[in-house]
Amino acid sequence: MADIRIDRVTKRFGDVTAVNTLDLAIKDGEFVVLLGPTGSGKTTTLRLVAGLEKPDAGRIVIDGTDVTKAQPAERDVSFVFQQYSLYPHYTVYQNLAFPLKSPLLKWSRQEIDARVHEVAGMLHIEHKLKNKATELSGGEMQRVAIGRALVRRPAVYLMDEPLSSLDAKLRAELRVELKRISVELGATILYVTHDNVEAMTMADRIGVLNHGRLEQIATPRGIYQQPDNVYVAQRLSSPPLNLVDPGLFGIDVPAGTETVGIRPEDITIGQPSGVEGSTTLVERLGAETVAVLRVNGTQIQALVDPQAIVGEGETVRVGVVENAPMFFDRDGRRIDAQPAGG
Amino acid sequence: MAEIRIEKLHKAFGDFIAVRDSTMTIQDGHFFVLLGPSGCGKTTTLRMIAGLEFPTSGSVFLDNEDVTYRRGRDRDIAFVFQMFALYPHMNCYRNLAFPLITQGTPRREVRERVIETARLLRIEHLLKRPVGGLAAGDRQRIALGRAIIRRPKAFLMDEPLGALDTEFRDLMCQELRGLHNRIDATTVYVTHDQVEAMSMGDMIAVMHEGDLLQVAPPQELYDNPATLFVANFIGSPPMNFLDVEGGLESDFGRARLVGGIEVTMPTLAERPKGNAVVYGIRPEHILIDDHGPLRGRVFGVEYMGARQVVTVDTDAGRLKVRTGGSVSAVVGETVGLDVMSPRAVIFDRETERALARDASPALAEAAHG
Repeated sequence: MADIRIDRVTKRFGDVTAVNTLDLAIKDGEFVVLLGPTGSGKTTTLRLVAGLEKPDAGRIVIDGTDVTKAQPAERDVSFVFQQYSLYPHYTVYQNLAFPLKSPLLKWSRQEIDARVHEVAGMLHIEHKLKNKATELSGGEMQRVAIGRALVRRPAVYLMDEPLSSLDAKLRAELRVELKRISVELGATILYVTHDNVEAMTMADRIGVLNHGRLEQIATPRGIYQQPDNVYVAQRLSSPPLNLVDPGLFGIDVPAGTETVGIRPEDITIGQPSGVEGSTTLVERLGAETVAVLRVNGTQIQALVDPQAIVGEGETVRVGVVENAPMFFDRDGRRIDAQPAGG
Repeated sequence: MAEIRIEKLHKAFGDFIAVRDSTMTIQDGHFFVLLGPSGCGKTTTLRMIAGLEFPTSGSVFLDNEDVTYRRGRDRDIAFVFQMFALYPHMNCYRNLAFPLITQGTPRREVRERVIETARLLRIEHLLKRPVGGLAAGDRQRIALGRAIIRRPKAFLMDEPLGALDTEFRDLMCQELRGLHNRIDATTVYVTHDQVEAMSMGDMIAVMHEGDLLQVAPPQELYDNPATLFVANFIGSPPMNFLDVEGGLESDFGRARLVGGIEVTMPTLAERPKGNAVVYGIRPEHILIDDHGPLRGRVFGVEYMGARQVVTVDTDAGRLKVRTGGSVSAVVGETVGLDVMSPRAVIFDRETERALARDASPALAEAAHG
């Protein structure tokens, strides 16, 4: 295993700067998730580390070796793509064994066999080893694809949205398994996704990318509870972050506050301290309920207890959990609440 | 627009029964979801409604008219397939207009309808563009436009978002539902994805191995699943199932779980066939509480900001607990758990059906206290 260092890397495609003077250090054994929307530069970053793209400026260092100019094959990385690419006429066993048969590796048949079984066990596909790749369900195929990356024990694993083509249930299952495997292997993983839940549940640290720039990198809790700016705060909020005028709820704000951000779970309904508002829509999603409210002409989304009985078109008192609001200045940077002395 | 009714619909392929005696009514204007794992019979049901497949027995009614053996093209319904097909040599306008032109619609009306449809889908700016260079989402909007431009009595959709990645899927989910609200057309939508079903459907029908298990609005399906299968299929993470030792006690009041933990039973309105029952509880109906009667060791924590899923190993088995993001749970630590008993669903182990709970909240409360 190894660490990765990305030093002031820039990559342009024509007029578009896909990755902009990016600095990122991934520790040995760390699981780092790059989170961002389409076009934020996350896949390009991954491809730069893999050697599938060459940077216009900057350096990439893997395990202390400068690989900026090295070919992909010389980098000792394994890449898992979004769409599983298996050999359809091969069995699961043959698909898993294939990367180990490279003459460069000089593995014996016994070594290959042991490794294939070890990885298949880890991914719970041992009973499918004799199946043709085409006889598998989508989730099983993606497990085999991940397995193909895992058999090789490279210095670094690079994963580009490996779960995005699966349905919700399988994604939830594989999230847990990938995290478990990463801990078991002590693997260095750089993982790219636009899915908040994947990032939050698997990452040791999350790097939020926006227009080719790294907005913030921190632990999931750090990034959720202490976002550096309004972009990061919005990116990690589901339902969306409420951004309101400082006066709306009559709370004390630190000097320089332009906007107040309140998470949907920090909105209270029916507490006497709240201000008057009304419900416009109540969306019941099973485990949770989202209420869309109007307070003084501003739309607010609240995550409410599904047991709470809230009807549409009702007048309710809308409040905010104490110490929960976040304060942003005119440039969108978060202001620390404490020093204001309120 | 139309009401669709199927009665005792049955379809066998040789020995294999794809759909077994299915009866249900799809109300005019509803967004109706057929949900189930692959091979459950949902697509076969849809194809029989469409007229692409004829049933072995039973009937299909479209607006009270028996259309069971009428061919698909004579049913005035539009079918949207998983893979959208567009004519690559035509521009967006021509692609949209094509179904009307083939029907011999006058040119002026074609023009009006194309513009109206484009406005509904918010793709007016694309009309003159060739379909070749379009983004995936826009291609899908054009394909959808081709289906709705004929203004059929109903839309039938077979996993139309299945091939998309999640980012697009979420977006198209919202757009499809928004479109439905604007045109109010009866829609039958097939999917295996419960999240899609819960967020889009007015009504959801859950199918499994050819059987129609339950038809209900999303929240009803979630709160009162009719069978173990439905309870397990809907919800992520799914419902926790705990075995009750020795079955129900005579007073229905308390139950002893495997592992010796006593929990309160919700008040039941019926008895199981045998005596064996399963105690079903949703992850959000278990509370982390130091004074709770259940104790266990935290196996995993999935933190998601506003919420987290904590997996706890107890003597009664491994439980998933869904709680707010601010609750502290550390892997390896021992925690206490309490169960919101009135919310529990009790299943008959033998029939796998849920036992009816007493509807009165006062009684449920009395049982709790």
